[in-house]
Amino acid sequence: MAEVNLRKVVKRYDDVEAVRGIDLDIADHEFVVLVGPSGCGKSTTLRMIAGLEDISDGDISIGGDVVNDVPPKDRDIAMVFQNYALYPHMTVAENMSFGLRLKHYPKAEIKSRVAEAARMLDIADLVDRKPKQLSGGQRQRVAMGRAIVRNPKVFLFDEPLSNLDAKLRVQMRIEIKKVHQKVRTTTVYVTHDQVEAMTLADRVVVMNKGRIEQIGTPNELYHNPATRFVAGFIGSPAMNFVPCRLEEAEGRLHLRLTDRISFPLPPARAARYQSVSRNEPLQLGIRPEHITETKPHAEPGIEPFEALLEVTEPMGMETLVYFTLNETPVCGRVSPNAGARDGSPLRMAMDLNNMHLLNETTGLVI
Amino acid sequence: MSTLTVDKAGPTRNVKYGSMSRDRAWALRWSYFFLTLFAIFSLVPPLYMLITSLKGSAEISAATNPWWVFHPTLENYVGLLTSNQFQRFFFNSAMVSIVVVIITMLISIPAAFALSRMKFWGSATLATGVFLTYLIPDSLLFIPLFKMFALIGDVTGIQLINRWYVLLFIYPTLTVPFCTWIMIGYFASIPKELDEAAIIDGASWLQTLTRIFIPVALPGLIAATIFAFTVSWAQFLYPLVFTTSADQLVLPVGIVTTLIKGDVFNWGQIMTGALLGAAPPLIIYAFLMDYYIAGLTAGATKG
Repeated sequence: MAEVNLRKVVKRYDDVEAVRGIDLDIADHEFVVLVGPSGCGKSTTLRMIAGLEDISDGDISIGGDVVNDVPPKDRDIAMVFQNYALYPHMTVAENMSFGLRLKHYPKAEIKSRVAEAARMLDIADLVDRKPKQLSGGQRQRVAMGRAIVRNPKVFLFDEPLSNLDAKLRVQMRIEIKKVHQKVRTTTVYVTHDQVEAMTLADRVVVMNKGRIEQIGTPNELYHNPATRFVAGFIGSPAMNFVPCRLEEAEGRLHLRLTDRISFPLPPARAARYQSVSRNEPLQLGIRPEHITETKPHAEPGIEPFEALLEVTEPMGMETLVYFTLNETPVCGRVSPNAGARDGSPLRMAMDLNNMHLLNETTGLVI
Repeated sequence: MSTLTVDKAGPTRNVKYGSMSRDRAWALRWSYFFLTLFAIFSLVPPLYMLITSLKGSAEISAATNPWWVFHPTLENYVGLLTSNQFQRFFFNSAMVSIVVVIITMLISIPAAFALSRMKFWGSATLATGVFLTYLIPDSLLFIPLFKMFALIGDVTGIQLINRWYVLLFIYPTLTVPFCTWIMIGYFASIPKELDEAAIIDGASWLQTLTRIFIPVALPGLIAATIFAFTVSWAQFLYPLVFTTSADQLVLPVGIVTTLIKGDVFNWGQIMTGALLGAAPPLIIYAFLMDYYIAGLTAGATKG
């Protein structure tokens, strides 16, 4: 078990910079998820930690030792791959024990470690099978078992659930979380699925175009995104972004969305945005759950407006409604009893206590 | 495609055969026709050999119906199998082929592994170069090779020409490039994550090769082995050039040079010898055919 530190890590392929100077400190026992769209450099970063890719610049240390030039086998790491990468000619037990056998562990110890990992992953009755006789979920368990028996300093997961169907993915996600609660090994986990990132991580690292956009706990990222990219990437359905500007009216700061719709800002928000230039092109960032049907009691900061619903999607416990605001498509979440119907108007309310204001040119949250 | 065929089947609705099965029936008929044609084409020569090998020389020279044996005899078989010379040819052939297969595998497997996995400067060029080497015909190579071995003999005093084991140095020039090339294909079809997993598990390159790649690519290796064996066993030009004494000859050359004396052709024994010579590859194919096909198709889709 150990901490992992990345200092100004750069990866260059010929003339392309895949990773552009990353600083990241992962604490002992921590579960960190690198998330981002494909091509953002998250897998490359993981492979550099594993030692499967050379580092063009910067330092990576595991447990305090710089490992830039240490070969993968001496880094004391274990990795789980997207396509499982099980050895097809070996049984489950042989797959799991391969690393230990290479290091000439005593047979009894290998046996007990494999048995323990198999029990933990609920594959004890499969140990004599070959990978081709296993289902996708079982293969993924074996791949995790292979990592666990090594008892390494760091676990590395490279999109381990991408090949599984949706239902199994949820199940294995919980499984991974349980395993981490038991073994507490420092874990770096790469995924493009923000739900996986949010549910698994102690801290999430959102990456974009080879850089880290923001690091934080799932809740921090969700409620206080630093950039438009993070705001839009985390959360499903995604946050709405509506062009807007600030204006002074009746001695209060207002948020003007359209010619007809302008909301007074709640005092806390007004204070925060006081210094923002009045004519600057801005974007309102607001999550669908903060655009709901009107409530019987008026609450401070929750402003009503009229919306013509274009499409409604009943989800059971809620209904997603889609309409246009200032020529921008917007999604809201209303109660199934709110009477939302395709093509009909609905009185909606926007919770400005949970709004975000973004600078349109820089993409930063103000 | 399927909607088209359904439309055609619609008006002339045939209860027993849909148009799909009619298409299939015709395809099958044609395939059987051509398969039979090729089977006849390739089986007639060995059949002719078998018939002739069972005839005595009197019956052969009597020019009766060539497709029928009136007085079957095993005298050709007995004559050849008890002849020291023929046994010697057989031994030489077996020795050369087996050792060449071993040499080929010892060179080709690591070479293919290195060329397909260890990306080093010039590895792609080298891989193509290996293949190009294979394209140079032996009829162009045998003179320079002969000169080379003659020179070695002159300089070092080690006489290799007219020794059966000179073939151990020469055959690999044919087998190694091809086997390396096809094994690059097999190794390339092994997912990269597999060796990465092995490396992270702590395997060295050599351990990755011996414990992961060789077992996983076994069908391909067997296909390559069969190829190397067949090429060595059937090679004619090189042994004809490099070996001359009767005790140094391999089977194909031995049969031709010793059983044809001037203008006298000992047809019965020639046919018997050819048939016996064809037996080992035939037996190997029969037992390893499944592997061979699996290996070939794996190479075909991924290479």
